[in-house]
Amino acid sequence: MVIGLISYAIQMSNGFIVTAIRDQVSWGFYISNFTFLVGVAAAAVLLVLPAYVYHFKPIKEIVFLGEMMAITAICMCILFVTVDLGHPERVWHMLPLFGSPNFPRSMLTWDVLVLNGYLIINATVFFYIMYKLYEGADYNKIMPLVLLSIPWAVSIHTVTAFLYNGLGARPFWNASILAPRFLASAFCSGPALMILVLQIVRKMANVPIDNKAIFKLSELIAYTMALNIFLLFCEVFKEVYSDSIHLYSLKYLYFGLHGHNNLVPWMWTALVFNSVSLFLFLYPKTSKSIKYVNAACVMTFIGVYIEKGFGLIIPGFVPDTLGEIYEYSPSIVEIGVTIGIWATGALIYTMLFKFAYPIYKKGLPNNGERQEG
Amino acid sequence: MPNENENKCADKNLDRRRFLKSAAVGAAGLALSSCSSSSFQAFFQDHFREMDKDELLSTLKRMEEEYSKKYGKKFTVSAEAPIDETLFGYGLDISRCIGCRRCVYACVEENNQSRDPQIHWISVLRFKKGDKWMDLENSTKYYDPEKVPEDGYFYVPIACQQCENPPCTKVCPVQATWKEPDGIVVVDYNWCIGCRYCMAACPYGARHFNLTDPGLPAEEVNPKTHYLGNRPRPRGVVEKCTFCIQRTRKGLYPACSEICPMGARKFGNILDPESEIRYLIDKKRVFRLKEDLNTLPKFYYFI
Repeated sequence: MVIGLISYAIQMSNGFIVTAIRDQVSWGFYISNFTFLVGVAAAAVLLVLPAYVYHFKPIKEIVFLGEMMAITAICMCILFVTVDLGHPERVWHMLPLFGSPNFPRSMLTWDVLVLNGYLIINATVFFYIMYKLYEGADYNKIMPLVLLSIPWAVSIHTVTAFLYNGLGARPFWNASILAPRFLASAFCSGPALMILVLQIVRKMANVPIDNKAIFKLSELIAYTMALNIFLLFCEVFKEVYSDSIHLYSLKYLYFGLHGHNNLVPWMWTALVFNSVSLFLFLYPKTSKSIKYVNAACVMTFIGVYIEKGFGLIIPGFVPDTLGEIYEYSPSIVEIGVTIGIWATGALIYTMLFKFAYPIYKKGLPNNGERQEG
Repeated sequence: MPNENENKCADKNLDRRRFLKSAAVGAAGLALSSCSSSSFQAFFQDHFREMDKDELLSTLKRMEEEYSKKYGKKFTVSAEAPIDETLFGYGLDISRCIGCRRCVYACVEENNQSRDPQIHWISVLRFKKGDKWMDLENSTKYYDPEKVPEDGYFYVPIACQQCENPPCTKVCPVQATWKEPDGIVVVDYNWCIGCRYCMAACPYGARHFNLTDPGLPAEEVNPKTHYLGNRPRPRGVVEKCTFCIQRTRKGLYPACSEICPMGARKFGNILDPESEIRYLIDKKRVFRLKEDLNTLPKFYYFI
């Protein structure tokens, strides 16, 4: 966090010149991280769904951990967007009455709306359930809001996809498959992170987490990862077979263009990681072993992080609209700010956990001994 | 000054706006009392189109004083309103352009663009003759010959195309950029939050971001400015070509067309059937860049 604060101070006093962002590539690492984290936040719904809709008990017991993740991820998203602004002190221009929000025309105002809405919904659900648990009362009254959070989760990632999708100037983004691809990849990376967090929580604190919950999640990742790779294939087919000028961005990503190939090794790593993890999630022997599932989760997380970050934002700008190639790679300051925000996220999650854990302990039936689900 | 209609619209919201603003100013005044008064006023300044006459005049005056002090020259910041029955259009004769880039630097001087780091509103792309027609991918704006024009090349200058259907203004989350009644797409540099969404939306690479404080030597500053045009920009905002709003609304030609040694650049009112630009659109073979995007540029290239 200290690194982050120092880096941000450098950026504030010198301007964006200390980042690698230029006219040709006007969004970079911050927006990449933002996009990835919107997906993580949206993916919390994969815990809510089996828990509340299908009453899958092993997950219902730990669903608060997922809601905490949604809250944390949204906070990080907001931080990433804020550090990406040239004039963060002017954000009040976006408020109704005070400023002049371009609603409903600008997708960015929609994004602000759905992200904050999602934050409010999740925070309300989380704190309400905690309060009721503390009282030992029934918390089912909040169910409508829980159900609302499910389509809302889809909406935050759809709107974020539309943010890029709606730009005719950027053929790489201007493909109708973008929103489904967003959701598919988010629903891999979110639960993958969740599986890892669950095990850390299980180790560090005395929270009983059933392996069944973990395997259920990994099963979900298997489906969505298969879908993710299939959608990628669809997009590759469309670009390669039609062989239009739009192919340049994809060529740049996977093979390099005019000798510019910064991202090539990254993209192939992502592809290999995603494919291998899909295999591990599907193959009966490995899919039932915590060790392999963990490895697959790490690979999924890294794979999607690369794909969603570098692989999505940067090629939208490379080559730029006048055909120029500017190879972007984040500067030290950008990396510093990013580390700072991830550290802040970890802090928020830990604080939420410290708050929730005693209440959760108290609310658990039989003084913390889990019943067979 | 914004035109009459807009002022009327703004009047309706005035009471509510005044109330909220004074409340906000009061509350924040305590917190920010250490700040200088002009940066304080700038922070609470309204959107250009929502200013009433008094606020506009005081804002212009404040800016004039600020710039005069900073650059040691007498500054004028006007808010010249659009001329009625006028829609500006630009024409560029590709067969005459020799790629000398005098337009680029005339634009830099006229419009107070940053010298360090360099910002150019006009890019001149060099294409190889006989290659695949207008393949942007194989063009370059970084060419450095002894003499222009070079054998075997042709040149296409590109700046803001002043689209009738501009994708950049649609995406701006705070309406800091919009199309004026005379067709010029402008930016309120005091309202822009620097999100750069408009840069992602522009198909012509016409928008530029101030990565840091513009390097603008006092002796090179042009003190005749327009609020929506060439007044010195702060860091962290987006800027772009405005068809030299400060000149053309007074009936002058844009700096780039005035300097062009080949007479390749034409400018005028496309609503006027007698104008040169209309004659050229009628009589010449004309095309516009990226027509498939339906942005409808008012920048016409002819051969």
